[in-house]
Amino acid sequence: MKIQDLFSETYSNLFGNKVRSGLTMLGIVIGISSVIALVGVGQGSTQRIMSNITSLGSNLITISPGASRNAGPVSGGAGSATTLTAQDAEALKNQMTYAAAIAIELTRRYQVTYSGNNTNTQVVGTEPSYADIRNVVVDSGSFITDQQVQSYSKVAVIGTTVRDDLFGSGTDPIGQTIKINKIQFKVIGLTKAKGGSGFNNPDDTIYVPVNAAQRYLAGRTSISGIDIQAINEESISAAQQEATNILLERHNISDASSADFRVQNQADIVSSLTSTTNTLTLLLGAIAGISLLVGGIGIMNMMLTTVTERTKEIGLRKAIGAKSRDISQQFLVEATMMTLIGGVIGVLLGWGVATILTKTGVVTSIVTWSSVVLAFGVAALVGIIFGFYPARRAARLRPIDALKYE
Amino acid sequence: MKPIIFCKDISKTFVTGDIKTTVLRDVNFKIFPGEFVAITGPSGSGKSTLMHILGVLDSPTTGKYELDSQDVSKLSDNELAEIRSKQIGFVFQSFNLLPRATVIHNVELPLVYANVAHKDRQPIVYQALKNVGIEDTSHYQKRSNQLSGGQIQRVAIARALVNNPTILLADEPTGNLDQKTGQVVLDTFRRLNRSGRTIILITHDQYVAKHASRIIKIMDGKIIEDAPNDNHHFMASERKQQS
Repeated sequence: MKIQDLFSETYSNLFGNKVRSGLTMLGIVIGISSVIALVGVGQGSTQRIMSNITSLGSNLITISPGASRNAGPVSGGAGSATTLTAQDAEALKNQMTYAAAIAIELTRRYQVTYSGNNTNTQVVGTEPSYADIRNVVVDSGSFITDQQVQSYSKVAVIGTTVRDDLFGSGTDPIGQTIKINKIQFKVIGLTKAKGGSGFNNPDDTIYVPVNAAQRYLAGRTSISGIDIQAINEESISAAQQEATNILLERHNISDASSADFRVQNQADIVSSLTSTTNTLTLLLGAIAGISLLVGGIGIMNMMLTTVTERTKEIGLRKAIGAKSRDISQQFLVEATMMTLIGGVIGVLLGWGVATILTKTGVVTSIVTWSSVVLAFGVAALVGIIFGFYPARRAARLRPIDALKYE
Repeated sequence: MKPIIFCKDISKTFVTGDIKTTVLRDVNFKIFPGEFVAITGPSGSGKSTLMHILGVLDSPTTGKYELDSQDVSKLSDNELAEIRSKQIGFVFQSFNLLPRATVIHNVELPLVYANVAHKDRQPIVYQALKNVGIEDTSHYQKRSNQLSGGQIQRVAIARALVNNPTILLADEPTGNLDQKTGQVVLDTFRRLNRSGRTIILITHDQYVAKHASRIIKIMDGKIIEDAPNDNHHFMASERKQQS
């Protein structure tokens, strides 16, 4: 049997039963398109998180207090301790050689109000160098100055989300007075939007001088973290080591494993988040893969029905000279053709769904060539695997049994 | 002359569970090229099973069947398919055309499986259709279920002949046709036989059998009579033509 004949037979068989072929293909279409759209969602969120993190500062090392550990086995949990002080930061500033900039951070959530408008947001008490380390760009007004830190000034630089919540979008909040935890702060600056979301949204943040935060808001001298910017990417691990050594010495701890603080660099955070989002991508892909499998079983089911339905025809074809190979080829090509057509439609549909998802802003879904190739390859494989069994069954029918079949 | 079909002690037993049914017992006969043989018998006599064996669709339980001096029991499935493709043409009682395919495509099908090149097919198909008396080319693009019974069976005969087989096997070819269209089909067979084709006709109908030049009668799986048919239906008309 020639290729040309094989395809014309396939064409007439698939189009001879449009509704059934269409419904069978629908399974594959849904499978493929969901693989593409969902894997795209996974990859889109990975990319978004990555860009969010890098927007939070480059070559960044953060030091946070460790778990408070009194005598006994009870751990207070990470960050609960008040083991870091402004003096630690001062020591780092004086002794570190690999640090380009260092800033103290005292971060807490507070209720913030402005003439009846009310929001709960993150308040970061910090120093001027924070702006450089964390890539905070001031859109109008100015950032905190050293002088304001020294003089315990009650001034605030607010993010765009905070501005929108308190003043309404597009308004100019500079010079207004807001109340953070019932204490009045004067707005001196508005940061440029970064477009983050969720926790640690840099746009939903208020920056105040660290001394003011300690005295008026937290009421304590401990700090919640120290941010260090390494000189360059290569010196990140050296700077990390240096900071660890200085703090261990200051805290009189000889064993690094029992340190009462934690030093993390951005790459660690990125890799831990990447592994999370990879799991997400895998999970979404697996769910979509299951629907693809179900679609494949649908194809097998239809092909088996077709074999039964066309048993007499198979017998006839064998009686007029068809070899077993001719019969199995015909069924295999039919199944494969169906998955391929379904695959093409599925890829287009998945692409469309991904675009719509991204456009509407619900989630970012990025279609990559690799996911298209993967989905298509799986579809072809599904067609061949699930077409194989019915095809073999058809080919193995004895001509006389097939011909007598009613 | 060598026989084209040689059956030696052919028996066929079907086994369904514990029940054995012997359909053919020690059947012996030879058929020579150019013969027009009718195999007759009541239903259940085993004539259809015999035809399936002759057409290598089925194999005998015991005994030897030689087709064109070749023992078919030793052949593989692919070689049997080859024989069905090149040496045997089947005509069935229920026509067995592909209902959704056109007349042309139905007749073309054996050529497809015989790997005849695309461009060579059309003249062969047209010739085969003309040979069975379907001259009107307007029918050729019709689907087979749009034709009359007699036309359908003649299309089926054209399909059986398209590969120029040595033997034409017909199983009750007139069984689903009225007398008039049945006669047209029988005339077609007669004409094909006169041009040298070997034809084996299976029928329970004595009238149909009388068109053949030799009649083999089977009863309960055994040949009870094998004789030439000297005064078959065509004798009169053919004599008239000759004189």
